[in-house]
Parts: sequence; structure tokens; C-alpha cells
Amino acid sequence: MSYNVQAIREQFPILHQQVHGRPLVYLDNAATAQKPLAVIEAITHYYTKDNANVHRGVHTLSQRSTDAMEAVRADVCAHINAREVAEIIFTRGITDSINTVAFGMGAIIQPHQNVVITALEHHSNIVPWQMLCQRTGATLRYIPMNDKGELDLSTLDALVDENTAIVAFNHISNALGTINPVKTILSRAKAVDAWTLVDGAQSGPHAKVDVQDWDVDFFTLSSHKMYGPTGLGVLYGKRERLEVLPPYQGGGEMIATVTMEESTYAAIPHKFEAGTPHIEGIIGFGAALNFMNSVGIDAIAAHETALLDYATKTLSSIDGFRIIGTAANKASVLSFLVEGTHPYDLGVLLDQQGIAVRTGQHCTQPIMDQFCIAGTARASFAMYNTFEEIDLFKAALERAVTMLR
Amino acid sequence: MSTIAEKQALLVEEFEFFDEWMDKYNHIIEMGKALPAFEAGDKNEDLLVQGCQSKVWLKAEQQGTHVRFFADADAIIAKGIVAMLIDVFDNQPAVEIAAADLVFLEKIGLKDHLSPTRANGLMSMIKQMKFYALAYSSAN
Repeated sequence: MSYNVQAIREQFPILHQQVHGRPLVYLDNAATAQKPLAVIEAITHYYTKDNANVHRGVHTLSQRSTDAMEAVRADVCAHINAREVAEIIFTRGITDSINTVAFGMGAIIQPHQNVVITALEHHSNIVPWQMLCQRTGATLRYIPMNDKGELDLSTLDALVDENTAIVAFNHISNALGTINPVKTILSRAKAVDAWTLVDGAQSGPHAKVDVQDWDVDFFTLSSHKMYGPTGLGVLYGKRERLEVLPPYQGGGEMIATVTMEESTYAAIPHKFEAGTPHIEGIIGFGAALNFMNSVGIDAIAAHETALLDYATKTLSSIDGFRIIGTAANKASVLSFLVEGTHPYDLGVLLDQQGIAVRTGQHCTQPIMDQFCIAGTARASFAMYNTFEEIDLFKAALERAVTMLR
Repeated sequence: MSTIAEKQALLVEEFEFFDEWMDKYNHIIEMGKALPAFEAGDKNEDLLVQGCQSKVWLKAEQQGTHVRFFADADAIIAKGIVAMLIDVFDNQPAVEIAAADLVFLEKIGLKDHLSPTRANGLMSMIKQMKFYALAYSSAN
């Protein structure tokens, strides 16, 4: 069956509007993806019929809410092929997921040990590790990248050594679109018994990940980048890791017993889910996952790759067009500059023509520093984007460039 | 020599020619291009206006009771916006700059049009210019 992008677009009400008198062309999907009707309806249904707090009441609505939420945990477990539902923790987002691990490791890591990340990380996979190292005296190391935006793995064996406590890196770079060689890095980490964390912020919407096949210790997903609600993330962790990792927030839901002197913690996953969870978000995320899977992640990825290839080819004909991040293996992110123009100016003039792109540093200052640039403009594609939209984007970009030069 | 009010009225008149924001931006960009660039050495941290998304450098000089302004920016729309402010404020009496009400921003619709971050940047530019004017007028 061929990919029916028009039928998919029908499922996203927000796309059918005009911005500044022009049809909206939404190309900021790496920041957040739009939500299909299935998600909006699931949230409406939840508040119309089922709303109650979970895991507490014996009453019917509480039971329904709990069942609905736990069904999503099972769906996520199946989606990434985790061994058991207890290994799926709902968090506030990927930032929260990574902080949970980085904070917990404070009790485990030794001052002579090191943490290895890469030069390609989002701030949310840099700062928590800097904080961990500052607290504990451990050292932070970076796997460098080349001028195409690919990791330089010649240094991998030297950087990841017997003193490495954890290796944490993203599957796909949000700023450049580089797809990193996950298995190569994981295998080196395992050879020295280091823990591993893969940040799946950008891969969630584009790639099917099997955490058992990877044999990774921690993996993170972001609901809102996968067509689901904001304010929700997933932290997958292997049971044996999660059991030794201390919780980073205390409160309701995460305890077994509480006296005035001390508390004992609940079993995983609840140990890491203090407070009332984002029930509505979790239920919406479940609908988003089902929706994505009904279209098919492989079909989505193939469509997005075709869009990226077309955009790369067609935009390269613009005089002075320069792509930042030219890795051989890339996902649907196109970071660019146009000679003689500033990305902020491009962003404003594209917006005036209905085209939504991101401009700036994309929360990746160290990457921008390595390329010696202040930022880029970034177009990123999702399941509902079309080739016609790329033509509109190109025409709008040409007009902007003519005005700015 | 036109007053601040007259300068503002002229700008409003100029912008009345344009119905579409793309054309208004074109005009702002042209104003940015017409504003002389700083020497590389003048683009230093001390002159950066805090609170702008792009880099905007602003310099002020006291000339008697009046103030001269010079500015540059790395993004051309930001430079065009600061060029408009310079058009209104440059070589005006310090006391009047400090007291001026910039009605033209509302009249050409710029204030409502800018995103909150950019509107903050615009406010920072104005605040910085008025800050210089206030310092010079109290020094007089």
C-alpha cells in the first residue's frame, strides 16, 4: 500500500489553517510534533468519562483511570520490547528521565570514575552529567565529532575505559540529524562494564527501538515529539539497574511505608513516580503510540527520508545554501545557513510566509561553537509533511534571501 | 531639525505605504542596510544590548545637550529596528529622549506584531537609549 499523506493530514486538525494569510507549513517537528485527532479525542474522553486519581481509590472511575494508564505502560513496554512493565517509568520528559539517572548515580559513582557523553548532545544530556560530576568529583569526557557532524570513534576505546561509570548519548542528534552508531558505542561500554543510556528524543518518532536487542541499561522517549501530549517522558531501565538506583524525588505513590522517622520505597516502577502522574498525558501518549504504529514507523521513516533527500537536493540549488551536519547517516533534520543572511532573519521572513522553522542554537551550544556559528535555521519533517510543502518552503526561502541580501 | 514627534510622524507616514508585513519588513531591512556598520573592534561585549535574541551593539555620545547614537547588529531585521529608533532619537536633546513616548511603534503595528521575545528585545533597545539620555541629561 502506498503512503497516503493526505489521509494522514486529515487526522491533524491544526495543519488546516492559515498563518499570516498563507497555508501553514509546519517544519518544526524536531521541537514538537502536532497531535492527531486520536490523541485529542483520548484526552477528551478521559476528562469526559474517566477522570480520577490512579492507584488510590476503589471506586469505578479510579479503577478505569488506573487501568487506562497501566495499559499504556504495557503498550510502551511492547513498543520498545522491554522485558517487563516494571521497567517502564513515566517522567516529566526526557530532561527529567536523564536527571533521574544522573541524580541516582550520585550515590553509586566514585570520584576516580568518569562519565562519557558526546560532542553531539542536547543540553539535557550534558548539564545533568556536569552536575553529577561537580557533586561527586567524577570526570566528564566527550566523544568528539568531525566537521560533518559524525562522531569520531577513533577515540572511543581511549575515552571509555575501566573507570567509566556510564556512557550517555543520543540516538539521533536534534541539531544536525546525525544517526549515531549506537551498537558500536554500546558494545565498547559493555566491554568495560560501564552503564549505558541512550537518549531517544529524536529517534522515538522515526525509528523502532528494541532495548533488548541493544542491551542498553537506560533509554528515554519524549511523548510530545511522538505526536503525544507535552509534559510526559519515558525512562526505560533494566530492572537490576533501577533496583539499585536511589529515587530522586520523594512523595506519594513512591513509598511502601512511611513513619515520622523513615520511609521504605515502593517497588519499581513506582519508586521513581512520586506524586500524581500525568494521567491525561499518559493516556494521550498511548493513543499517539497506537496512531504511529497504525501508520507504521518504517513507512513513516521512509517517507521522512524521502522528504529529507528531496529538500536537501532542491534547496542546495539556492545560492550560498549551506547544510550544517552532513553525516552519511541522517534522520529528517535539515539544519542550514544561507550565506549573507542571519538565521533569525530567515526565521522571521519564513514565518511571514506561513513556514514554521526553528532558529537558534537548538539547545546545543557546544555543537554551534564547534562549527563557529551563532546558530542555524532548522527544518525538520514529520509523517504529515509533503513534497509540495518543501516546494513552498523553497520559494519562501528564496524570497527571504533576496530581501536580506 | 525635526523634533522627536515629527520624526515619528514621518516614519508612520512611510509605513502607511505598505499593507503587507512582508513589505514592511522589506522597508525595515532597507533601513538596517543603510545604517553604517561598526568597525570589528567596536563590536565589544560592553556595547551589547542585553535581552536581544540577536546581537545588537549600541553606542551613545553626548554632544552638548544632545545625544548621538550609533548601532549595529548581526541580524538585519534587528538592525533595521534599531535604525528606526536611531532615526527618531539621534541628535535630539537628552531630556526629550528620556521623556519621549514612542507612539510610532504602536501606529505602525510593530509592537503587536513582534513575538514576545523580540518585543522584549525592542524594549531593551529603547531602555538602553533612554538610559544613556537620562544619564547625560542629569549630567548637564
